[in-house]
Amino acid sequence: MSIITNINKVFDHRIRLGIMSILMVNEYADFNMLKELLGATDGNLASHTKALEKAAYIKVEKQFIGRKPNTRYSTTKLGEAEFKKHINALEKLINKQ
Amino acid sequence: MESKDYLKDISEIKDLMNKSSRFISLSGLSGILAGIYALIGAAIAYWLVVEYSSGTLVLNGKIFRLVMLDLFLIAFLSVVTGIILTTRKAKKNGANMWDSSSRRLVVNFLIPLIAGGIYILIILGQQKYGQTGALMLLFYGLALVNASKYSIGDIRYLGFIQIILGLICAWIPGYGFWLWVLGFGVMHIVYGTWMYFKYDIKK
Repeated sequence: MSIITNINKVFDHRIRLGIMSILMVNEYADFNMLKELLGATDGNLASHTKALEKAAYIKVEKQFIGRKPNTRYSTTKLGEAEFKKHINALEKLINKQ
Repeated sequence: MESKDYLKDISEIKDLMNKSSRFISLSGLSGILAGIYALIGAAIAYWLVVEYSSGTLVLNGKIFRLVMLDLFLIAFLSVVTGIILTTRKAKKNGANMWDSSSRRLVVNFLIPLIAGGIYILIILGQQKYGQTGALMLLFYGLALVNASKYSIGDIRYLGFIQIILGLICAWIPGYGFWLWVLGFGVMHIVYGTWMYFKYDIKK
């Protein structure tokens, strides 16, 4: 049962897992890059990034490139650690069967 | 049934990590064609030098300029072919040709290449011609190794081979021409064919 507790409810969604996967291997990603890679709508993606931000797993930076607003996302230390735990738990669950 | 979902999650995670950090739509076919161009170019250069320059290349002579033009045309054709075929493959994969992953690939490929190119021009200006061939192979190899972190990992091995050929070329400059034929011609064809069968055919 102890393995089950490592499955993180915050990551329990395709888009959120996707956001974390992309941010784990990239220094940062902006909103459009995430949108393109995940094939999500603006509203959908925004609600999931907000959830991850609320859990303090990702950092959000708003800035301007020229006149265009640009939102950049990156992982926090906590987010990285939790994501790794989550992946390990997933792998253990798979191997168990 | 649940474990199947988790398995799908994991494979999707891996796929996204790859797609977001590496540009993998490089076309194997363009490698083959670049190699073939290089061999044709080498044959022309060889013919020019043997036929009109009695086997030796006089710097700044007419034949030398023709050989340089030959070299430039081959490089240009290879780059254009590469861009066209890669764009086609990226489109087929539904990937964006000019996104952050391809930009990163190009930048990291160009850093050693441009640094090397400028260095070669500087020492050419100082009348040191002997190592030019070796340096081109060497810097091209370094550029490939550097770029491999942002693309198909196998490019790394092509880079190692070019570096080794470059070092051999520095050691025995007399065989420079044949090492070039091997590095820029034969190795591109071998590598392109390998990539073609490994990645392009499967889909």
